[in-house]
Amino acid sequence: MIEAILVGAVRGGTSIVYATVGETITERSGVLNLGTEGSMLAGALAAYAIGVETGSPWLGAVAGLVAGLALSLVHALLVITRGANQVATGLAVTFLGIGLTSLYGQGYVSQGVVPFESVAIPGLADLPFLGPILFDHDPLTYLSFAIVPAAWWLLYRTGLGLRIRAAGERPDVLSTMGTSPARVRWTAVAIGGALAGLGGAQLATAFARTWSEDMVAGKGFIAVALVIFAGWNPLLTIAGAYLFSGAVAFELELQARGAGISIFVLDAIPYLVVLAVLALLSGRRRHAAPESLDSVFDTGGA
Amino acid sequence: MKLPTTQLTRLLALLLAFGLVAAACGGSDAEDGSDAGSSTDSSEEATDDSAADSTDDGGEDAAADSDACGAGATTVGFLYVGPKDDFGYNQAAYEAAVAMGESTGVEVLHAENVPETIEDAVPVMEDMIAQGATILFPTSYGHFQPAVEVAAAHPDVCVVHQGQLESSLDEPLDNLGTYFASVFEPVYLAGIAAGSVTESNTMGYIYAFPIPQTLQNINAFALGAQSVNPDAEVIAVSTADWCDPAKQAQAAQTLLDQGADVLTQHQDCTKTIIETAEAAGAYSVGYHYDASELAPEGWITGSDWAWTPLYVDIVETMIAGEFVASPYNGDYRIGYQDADAPFVAFEPSEFGAVVDDDTKAAVADALASLTADEDGDGVGDFNIFAGPISDRDGEVRIPDGTAPTYTELDELMGFASWFVAGVEGSLE
Repeated sequence: MIEAILVGAVRGGTSIVYATVGETITERSGVLNLGTEGSMLAGALAAYAIGVETGSPWLGAVAGLVAGLALSLVHALLVITRGANQVATGLAVTFLGIGLTSLYGQGYVSQGVVPFESVAIPGLADLPFLGPILFDHDPLTYLSFAIVPAAWWLLYRTGLGLRIRAAGERPDVLSTMGTSPARVRWTAVAIGGALAGLGGAQLATAFARTWSEDMVAGKGFIAVALVIFAGWNPLLTIAGAYLFSGAVAFELELQARGAGISIFVLDAIPYLVVLAVLALLSGRRRHAAPESLDSVFDTGGA
Repeated sequence: MKLPTTQLTRLLALLLAFGLVAAACGGSDAEDGSDAGSSTDSSEEATDDSAADSTDDGGEDAAADSDACGAGATTVGFLYVGPKDDFGYNQAAYEAAVAMGESTGVEVLHAENVPETIEDAVPVMEDMIAQGATILFPTSYGHFQPAVEVAAAHPDVCVVHQGQLESSLDEPLDNLGTYFASVFEPVYLAGIAAGSVTESNTMGYIYAFPIPQTLQNINAFALGAQSVNPDAEVIAVSTADWCDPAKQAQAAQTLLDQGADVLTQHQDCTKTIIETAEAAGAYSVGYHYDASELAPEGWITGSDWAWTPLYVDIVETMIAGEFVASPYNGDYRIGYQDADAPFVAFEPSEFGAVVDDDTKAAVADALASLTADEDGDGVGDFNIFAGPISDRDGEVRIPDGTAPTYTELDELMGFASWFVAGVEGSLE
């Protein structure tokens, strides 16, 4: 049962890993992007549509990345350049994503596609316990294993990462050093949108193998919550994403085993888990929030 | 550092943000504009952009020379809870609605993705009435309450709801009816095929909500499988959503991990589960719509809606002004058991290559016994849920000697009520 839950956690959690890592990078620059949900949807539809048209899931994944990025630039324009309220704008961008993908996704609902297939890694996939959990997945899931340390490396070992963190903590200092916090934030929002789009691509073309209206179903918002869970540390995002999808797998496992619990209570378990974890950790995590996260519009106009 | 124009900028941004929200809402409702072309010229897509402004006036004087609701109707409105291309419930209803329009010559309005709430569904129906519709088909189970509201407000408009029972209301309405088809019968037949094909004797059933129709399907599937394979077991798992592909994929994986080698479902969109089963080398039993093209290797069979003849008959009855005296003005159910019915509203899907001739013969025998009426009482001789039938805890739910009718069955197997022996899964 534990193995099945962990397998389910990885399978169902990959799209959330991408979105959470992306949102972490965005927030480290001092911008909160609630448009992540919309970027995931844009990525899901673009990946699916290009997959259908070209027969290549890889071209689809690239299209998903570009679509997620493009939508996030709407957020960047309004919040960073125009100084709009980032909460309202992020929600509006998500609704824009829902509307646009519903409109343009009509012709692709449940149409055929060449999806990503699972690729078992020879030798490793046969390992007991760890094999099915880690080494029997689609290519985008393997890529997500690499994205997490890559995001850490970006933030803590590169000049861009230093500027992103500076933009989030002390944009005035960054500005004094001759670097525009606004430009750095644009970059961070774009990276976040691209990763959310890639997460959407994984959802549509590798996991669910379909396009359906509003299919992200709140995972983008869960990702925003999980950034707090992870304390804005990219390495911990993967734990948060797997915690959520593992709770989904756990709930389904309980059902399949005939637990005498209402299915409506079971359905709420993953969300209750996230709420409980946030309630337990938020006091300790608060200091980890980038300092200018709540005041982006006052300091970004350099 | 403050920009001198900060306030103005924020105001502009806020307006823009509201604009984006409005654009999003408009977009999601106007989606039918990019229709893939499967609808006819006479068919026009309804949007609820103007719904908020529409008044009740449109329908009041729309009735023709008769006082009966729907008499002389020229426009019929259909509501779907999901997209019309879902390889499932909504696609089956949509295609039958289009075919009904071609057959009867009425104009058909379609509204997809209509949520099952009064705030969402009532304005869509009001908008259709404003466009001249005098017959409405809200086709999703949860559209019932909105349907009742609209029917009560517009006595001249006929409303027929697909799925629930009018007798559940305290006061039946003259212009309201409910209909459904006993799809659990072809599901029972599919259970025979699945019970023969399964090697692990474990079959997974992914459903949305424990409503009566779903419980009837799951129990019928298990009984059908057990009729040829006493060891066959069904694991039922709920996604608590009619179409959440990610949850479906997760549920399918859970069931495959539990050893299920056949997956079937009661979901509106069916593609994810069938493709997940196919990719895992498991077998599929379809529902709502023939999706065999998605599973060339593992397809067994399925149960497809064939609503067209029923829709045509309902609409023609209403146009003639004869709705009130017809069986459609109440709880209407059809199936194989109606020995006299001119049609059924479903058909079994084609068999896949994995089904052998003996199994096909067993299915054909069961079908023959469902429809056979040796004693001439107008009711088929074989009733799938004829008592005694006990639930999985051993309590007798359908007593010996009872052969429930379709409407009685909805009472005997109510919301979240019971599973037969051999079905695993939460239900409370």
